[in-house]
Amino acid sequence: MSEQITFTIDGVEIKDKAGQTIMQAADEAGIYIPRLCRHPDLPPRGSCRVCTVFVNGKPQAACTQPIAEGMTVENDTPELKESRRNIIDMLFIEGNHFCMFCEKSGNCELQALAYRLGILSPKYPYFFPKKDVDSTHPDIFLDLNRCILCGRCVEASRDVDHKGVFEFVGRGIEKKIAVNAEADLKDTDFAATDKAADVCPVGAINKKRTAFSTPIGKRLYDTKPIGSEIEERKK
Amino acid sequence: MSENLQSEIKAICQGSGNDRTKMMDIVRAVQEKFGQVSSEAMDIIAKFVNCHRVEVEGIVSFYTFLSKNPKGKVIIRLCNDVVDKMAGVGAVADAFKKELSIDFGQTTTDGKITLEYTPCIGMCDQAPAALINDEVITYLSTDKVKEIVADIKKHYDPSKLKHRLGDGNNADELVHSCVHNGLRKKGPVIFADYKSKAGLKNALAVSPVEIINVVKAARLRGRGGAGFPTGMKWQFTRAAVGEKKFILCNADEGEPGTFKDRVILTERADMLFEGMAIGGYAIGAQAGILYLRGEYAYLIKLLEKILKDRRYKNLLGKDILGKKGFNFDITIQMGAGAYICGEETALISSCEGLRGDPKTRPPFPVQKGYLGYPTAVNNVETLCCATRILEMGAAWFAETGSKGSPGTKLLSVSGDCKQPGVYELPFGIKVKDLLKEVGAEDAQAVLVGGPSGQIIGPNDYNRTICYDDLATGGAVIVFGSERDMVEIATEYMEFFVEENCGYCTPCRVGNVLLKKHLDKILAGKGEPQDLDALQELGESIKTTSRCGLGQTSPNPVLTTLKNFRQSYEKKVKKSPDGMQPTFDIRKALADAEKIANRQSVMFTK
Amino acid sequence: MSKPKIATTSLAGCFGCHMSLLDIDERILKLIELVDFDKSPIDDIKEFTGRCAIGLIEGGCANEDNVHVLQEFRKHCDILVAVGDCAIMGDIPAMRNNIPLKECLEEAYLNGPSIHNPEKVMPNDKELPLCLDRVYPCHEVVKIDYSLPGCPPGADTIWQALVALLNNKPLELPYELIKYD
Repeated sequence: MSEQITFTIDGVEIKDKAGQTIMQAADEAGIYIPRLCRHPDLPPRGSCRVCTVFVNGKPQAACTQPIAEGMTVENDTPELKESRRNIIDMLFIEGNHFCMFCEKSGNCELQALAYRLGILSPKYPYFFPKKDVDSTHPDIFLDLNRCILCGRCVEASRDVDHKGVFEFVGRGIEKKIAVNAEADLKDTDFAATDKAADVCPVGAINKKRTAFSTPIGKRLYDTKPIGSEIEERKK
Repeated sequence: MSENLQSEIKAICQGSGNDRTKMMDIVRAVQEKFGQVSSEAMDIIAKFVNCHRVEVEGIVSFYTFLSKNPKGKVIIRLCNDVVDKMAGVGAVADAFKKELSIDFGQTTTDGKITLEYTPCIGMCDQAPAALINDEVITYLSTDKVKEIVADIKKHYDPSKLKHRLGDGNNADELVHSCVHNGLRKKGPVIFADYKSKAGLKNALAVSPVEIINVVKAARLRGRGGAGFPTGMKWQFTRAAVGEKKFILCNADEGEPGTFKDRVILTERADMLFEGMAIGGYAIGAQAGILYLRGEYAYLIKLLEKILKDRRYKNLLGKDILGKKGFNFDITIQMGAGAYICGEETALISSCEGLRGDPKTRPPFPVQKGYLGYPTAVNNVETLCCATRILEMGAAWFAETGSKGSPGTKLLSVSGDCKQPGVYELPFGIKVKDLLKEVGAEDAQAVLVGGPSGQIIGPNDYNRTICYDDLATGGAVIVFGSERDMVEIATEYMEFFVEENCGYCTPCRVGNVLLKKHLDKILAGKGEPQDLDALQELGESIKTTSRCGLGQTSPNPVLTTLKNFRQSYEKKVKKSPDGMQPTFDIRKALADAEKIANRQSVMFTK
Repeated sequence: MSKPKIATTSLAGCFGCHMSLLDIDERILKLIELVDFDKSPIDDIKEFTGRCAIGLIEGGCANEDNVHVLQEFRKHCDILVAVGDCAIMGDIPAMRNNIPLKECLEEAYLNGPSIHNPEKVMPNDKELPLCLDRVYPCHEVVKIDYSLPGCPPGADTIWQALVALLNNKPLELPYELIKYD
């Protein structure tokens, strides 16, 4: 699979080897495609749809779509910016995201994307759903008010930790994360050292006794937008 | 009880070889046996098939025919599809509530009868209809409800319900159903007389590549709606590298208003199974799976018998019709109430014993499908067409229909028309000619292709039904002049809210938002800018959704906004004073006034 | 020409956003050169004296008085700005939104772990505004023109927004000034 492929993103010519996804190739070229469910250590799921780009005019998820010779990718367009904004808005209103007391604030990928897109307030009405909090585990607490159903913990626990602690239950707007026990996280073999404990993009899976350790101003996204680390690769 | 549960579930799991991929069969069997898949049952199943219990919970919670909580021995599922509502399901629903003294979503106090709503069960031409366990009851009326409930309370066995029998195989003792075929027009392809075995014989006389070439020459395209060329699909599957290959038949006919596969499965199952064998031979598969929607469980005994007969006649099994080395058999996978499983990759997930989530493409099923093997997923009607093409030849097939859409199309027509039912008509028929045929010339609107299709008005009645203009998987729903198209669009959004899998954000949340906007407009609280918001949101959902469901679910809104804009405009008005029309101070204060036992003095009216 | 007027209020909020407004330090002198304050806790004017260019709303609507005040603001102000997360989404007060009002009141006044109320009397003076069934973000009650997120929004955020709005410029905040905490 060393075949070389040439294509463009927003007019910039990119060369990469066959088998790469659009997102991988863009990352290497220093072009940031906004994303949320994607975690570099886990297989792409294409569930959040934030990374939707136009490939030869057709919408595709950049995290799952392989590159192909001569393809034209549009990423930074007003239409896509609007679509991404809509998705971020949807994630905010379908949950209960109280940033001001959230342990993850400043390091949260959902919040950071909203900052990057310049969202001052969501345009949709809040659902104020009833969600569960599970603090039964000695080292971890789950707050499903903040869960965005990215599936990272499901994949990490199943494929990396080989424990299968998390799985989706329900469908549609009722879909949620459940744990591999009758009810409580304490009854699973989940451990704070699991990969699944480290992959949550928001404040849904939290390690106890570690919150607010970074002062405001020094947190990941306080001064630099999410994606800057990728854009800095660009020469 | 617990030991009993343990031993029964052990037997069920062993019956499926303790195979994780047979999870659908296992949980269906447990549900049937115990009226639920309880928390304890989940633990036991997980133990025997060696998976995590939360996986079992994930599956049980995905399919509406499965439940963690106990259900009655008898489950009445009343279809509340739009067409059923138009046919007066409201009064029928009230009658059920009255006769059973429970509301929908409840079980009688003796735990014996559960009452629920269910989306389209494929009986729109004989609405209102209900499923009572696996039995279908059609043409419901308030009187009939009284009789049914009285009858059920005698034995609590829906198979003993007294009813008249339908026509054709519906009257066969293995089906014993009151369903009518409602076959209004037979065309030359599916419902004409045909020579059984002839297609398969012709196929086995030539090479698989030649079969694919014949299907290509006939320009056969998928009948499910998307219209992918069948020959190409088979060619890709054949060419893909894989130890095994599979052909799957999509009989998860769930698009509201579609019921043509029901008639094929009842009257032309042999033709279908023959098509699967031909396809199997063409792609190099040894196994085929018919994925049958849970709502059509009443047909399974008939289908199993036909399969058995075909094995006996060497039309399935080893060295079929003497063709050395061509071994092929078909199994039936039952669904369990999930519209999304009609999406081909979700259907594969379900066959694999998973939640019915669509899969990421690429890889496409033809490359990596069922259990990771190259898989062709074809519609029921498509496979029947393939049988006929192999029997009669490509040129014969292409004689009918239009250039880009050869052959005939089965249309399931329902709603405000004089002759609802199934019509086999050549592709290329104009909508207005179809309306004349079905007795609905004064239709206000026609939904072509089900809610994921388009709702058109009289200006478009000169358009034709074919892949290049109005594509359809078969549903044609007619709306008379008295129908409110905004209400219709709202009903269909409710359907998508209920039936989406929840995997991707725009479809999971966006459809709820569309529905909320529409509710607001229907409540008379909409403003002109809400129409722009609907348009923008709808387009955004279409652009960003992961699978065909979300890519088409805004269509009821977008096409009515386009074609029936005045219906919307009549309902919206600008709020003059900057107040939100949706805010209801009386409702917001009702609780407090009750608790404090005093009326607000600030807001007196 | 007379100076444009600004009105401010704190509904179901903690006055933190008002503190943040005062936090603009010496720029407050510049501000009063630019505008006059009408109804506001800052000058303790209780009723609107005339039409205002801008109304700054802190807090969401938790009771009928909040609704009344917010509606008055909508009637008297050309531009309404939801200042802070409570005005935008209800925020901490809105954590009660999934709990029936009766339970909330009983927990707060009768059963809570730190409550001493042996008579089991629920406060119910007729002067007390009635609570709403849940906390409503301001935009659910009236049309809101702009939102400034933050808990509270920083003084610089408020300052930049005011300067832009008073000069009829589009409200564009740099990255560092958009914060939800």
